[in-house]
Amino acid sequence: MLMGLYNYWVVVVLMMIGFYIVIAHGNLIKKIVGLTIFQTSVFIFYISMSKVDGGTAPILADGINQYSNPLPHVLILTAIVVGIATTAVGLALAVRIKEAYGSIEEDEIQKMDNLDC
Amino acid sequence: MAAPLCLFLTRPRLVWLFALIVSALAFLFSSILLEQVMTSGTIIYELGGWDAPWGIEYRIDQLNAFLLLIISAISTIVLFAADTSIRKEIPEDKHTHFYTLYLLSLAAMLGIVATGDAFNIFVFLEISSLSAYALIALGKDRRALWASYQYLIMGTIGATFILIGIGLMYQMTGTLNIDDLSRRLPEVAQTRTVFTAFAFVIVGICLKLAMFPLHLWLPNSYAYAPSIVSAFFAATATKVAIYLLIRFTFSVFGLSFSFTHLPLQLLFVTLGLVGIFVASTAAIYQSNVKHLFAYSSIAQIGYMIVGFSLTSVAGLTATLLHVFNHALMKGALFLALAAVMYRIGSTQLSQFQGLGRQMPLTMAAIVVGGLSLIGVPLTVGFVSKWYLVLAVLENGWWPVAVLILLGSLLAVVYVWRIVETAYFKPALAGSETIKEAPLTFLIPIWTLVLANIYFGIDTRLSVQVAQAAAQSLFGVSP
Repeated sequence: MLMGLYNYWVVVVLMMIGFYIVIAHGNLIKKIVGLTIFQTSVFIFYISMSKVDGGTAPILADGINQYSNPLPHVLILTAIVVGIATTAVGLALAVRIKEAYGSIEEDEIQKMDNLDC
Repeated sequence: MAAPLCLFLTRPRLVWLFALIVSALAFLFSSILLEQVMTSGTIIYELGGWDAPWGIEYRIDQLNAFLLLIISAISTIVLFAADTSIRKEIPEDKHTHFYTLYLLSLAAMLGIVATGDAFNIFVFLEISSLSAYALIALGKDRRALWASYQYLIMGTIGATFILIGIGLMYQMTGTLNIDDLSRRLPEVAQTRTVFTAFAFVIVGICLKLAMFPLHLWLPNSYAYAPSIVSAFFAATATKVAIYLLIRFTFSVFGLSFSFTHLPLQLLFVTLGLVGIFVASTAAIYQSNVKHLFAYSSIAQIGYMIVGFSLTSVAGLTATLLHVFNHALMKGALFLALAAVMYRIGSTQLSQFQGLGRQMPLTMAAIVVGGLSLIGVPLTVGFVSKWYLVLAVLENGWWPVAVLILLGSLLAVVYVWRIVETAYFKPALAGSETIKEAPLTFLIPIWTLVLANIYFGIDTRLSVQVAQAAAQSLFGVSP
């Protein structure tokens, strides 16, 4: 039971680690790292769910009768691209925030904002 | 589809014209679509010629067509004013990018609404969000960057939640097609996986929706984005999220599952009402008018949630009406603010002193929009509140009806603050030079304001469509 769901345990642990980093860390770059881990755990989740025991890659060849489901893999390729785009936009924003505020610590930025108001 | 083309056009003026034409065409097509759907029922378009369960299909029923119409209409009207506004607020060399992002965002929102495939929804959602982050970051104030960053974090978490939910659903049913999902989910409805999927999807959508208490990203994003962007998103983005919420709870999971197995109704009514009160009260204390209307948006979302949680045809009709009407009011209000921004370069309430005399037409538009927010008769706000209260009474929830009316009183307070400063305070020294907004603003603003009044008096079109959509949702779901 515990070992059979090994993949899913990894997914849950990774997800929580990522989520925790996003919430707990004040550094903008670290937040993005957390976000990436969070997304990656979902990718692993999709990939492990499509694995069929004893199945191989879905190639048409003699002697192969069992295939893994290729659809989630394809979906996850799309999701990975989306994830990369998100990370890129996030990092670009972090660069511009650094230029504008001179800091990438959340609490310092918040302090400067409060002064502005 | 037209966004990449924009990059090739280098002259900003040309790009604007091009974007306007594209958006107008989209509007035209969606009106035709609505007409067709109303008369002949659901239209299905299969991408690449593959049949539905295998290929991806676009599926348009009354609900989608209605939403498509709202989004493309608002986008066209807003774009009309865009040229003048962004000339002032965004550096010249970024204009092309602005329109590219804008069209991308528009296309993605239309895509979310039109598609009949759960994974496609996620992809379109991310496209629209990513372009939204970039658009918000174009704001002049450096706080726009910070707002955009916060939105990015929250938005991505929301989208990833939706992705997890969709994954779990796929695991249980082996399909991603919405129609197929709705047929196969009831068979496995009692498993814990489906409950988890439902929870993930709903929380994810509520993050995108800025439903109280998940609304923290919204006020700053709207307040510091370029004015045109705030007008566009305030009127459309949350509507798309409402659509997703309705689509997932009613079509995909089915009414009986969503509302009988889970205390969703109670949860949503409570959160909706608390949202109305907290956000309206917060709106009263804002010193920036854009902030004020952003909080009022959250309150209005509260009304939609209350209508939605009634799970009756009448309640859903009220929600859809409010979606339509709120798009009209907030479009008008934020465009008027864009005009103010254009003339005096700020939307601080203190700067509004005496504007009632200097920009009479713009301020009159804000007043009409404000009245509509309150729900005064002869405006659209009245129509949707009327239907909402009727629907609530139909369920026999007296206290809720009273609370909705009390919430409207709070709207009176924050709208009055603007009216008071604009009309009854003496003009600031040195502001004699402020003139009425240019015509490119006034035409779209007043188109929306007149629409506000027109649909407040002649409610046949909007009510009919909303009712048809609500009924079809209840007809489809078991």
